[in-house]
Amino acid sequence: MIDANVQRARTKTLTINDQAFSARSDQTILQVARENNIDIPTLCAIEGLSDIGACRLCLVEIAGQRELKPACTTRIKDGMVVSTDTERLRKHRKTILSFLFAERNHICSVCVSNAHCELQKMGAKVGLTHVEVPYLYPKLQVDASHRRFINDPNRCILCLRCVRVCDEIEGAHILDVFARGLEARIIAEMGRPWGESENCTECGKCVQVCPTGALNEKGLSVAEQHKRRGFLPYLTTMKRGR
Amino acid sequence: MAKIRLATVWLDGCSGCHMSFLDMDERLIEIASKVEVVCSPYVDTKEFPENVDLAIVEGAVSSEEDLEKLLKIRKNSKMVLALGDCGVTGNVSAMRNLVGVEASLKCAYDELSDNNKGVRPSRETPKQLERVSAQHERVFIDCFLPGCPPPADAIYNILSSLIEGKEYDIFNHTRFGK
Repeated sequence: MIDANVQRARTKTLTINDQAFSARSDQTILQVARENNIDIPTLCAIEGLSDIGACRLCLVEIAGQRELKPACTTRIKDGMVVSTDTERLRKHRKTILSFLFAERNHICSVCVSNAHCELQKMGAKVGLTHVEVPYLYPKLQVDASHRRFINDPNRCILCLRCVRVCDEIEGAHILDVFARGLEARIIAEMGRPWGESENCTECGKCVQVCPTGALNEKGLSVAEQHKRRGFLPYLTTMKRGR
Repeated sequence: MAKIRLATVWLDGCSGCHMSFLDMDERLIEIASKVEVVCSPYVDTKEFPENVDLAIVEGAVSSEEDLEKLLKIRKNSKMVLALGDCGVTGNVSAMRNLVGVEASLKCAYDELSDNNKGVRPSRETPKQLERVSAQHERVFIDCFLPGCPPPADAIYNILSSLIEGKEYDIFNHTRFGK
């Protein structure tokens, strides 16, 4: 089946890191960059789910624009000149990651996702040797009421992958966001303990897409907590074809 | 070439970073030919000396004694290296910040203690600070080596590079929580 958006799309030309590219007008900067093997760091973006620009790690510089733009939600334009790896961006990425580490209690050495955590890997990737802002040490309650899964807000970076996969792929939408800013939390069914949820299908997709140890499976050792995401592109394609 | 005056210090940590330092095995001989260890738990020095070229500091800042030591280390050292996650991020040592000093003392001496239950040391244990902090929250730190503990390869890499004044890339060997 042909996607209606693809039919309407035109070809546009843009420059990324001094290289010229042609791409479809409905594509984002991140999509074009990835298609051409240009690496832009991301944490909230994941293939198969909608892009929301939550983590801000994919910020890029666009010539003529003062503010930085998230590559995952910014559509390309004709003649756009994009830089993805400048001194300013590297500094911002370190600051953003510092905020993510400092806002919650990411104690990597005692985390179920140690050694297979996207946040931890990202720290090394952008060269974050230490967190540049003061740690907040919020007191957060772990929700272990679910039969199979645990929601540990201490490890959450509010990428909302879990909320999106529950809504867009599973169609249950039992996970959502409560409050705003630093107070924001992932909740199940209007804030009741996850284990008391009547509509959770226990599919576990939320756990598999979670980049950190915030959502994890009970009864698995640290070495066994690898997230399995093979289902996501497959299910997305199936849904599109429906 | 004159030997580098090297100090290693252990604040609030498990000493795993110092154990990892020893894991350099035969490479310690090479390091030893280039440094003079002027202060360390290995050599049981009591006072931190003056004119230290490189101080390697393990552990977070949890007590008044830790803070006093760190301030002196900074004052007497040309370069300070924060070694391991406790020193760099606070790590397990800083988990106390989630419950507070009183709750942690109560747990250790009143609830979980087998001997002398309810008796708290009044002299030997230094006064705990209200908040455990990473070293760079208290003093300027020149370089950071995360990891819990940082592997021996990472310690060797950064130490030999610092001694020879070369560039180093720690993320080939370690990261937070390694």
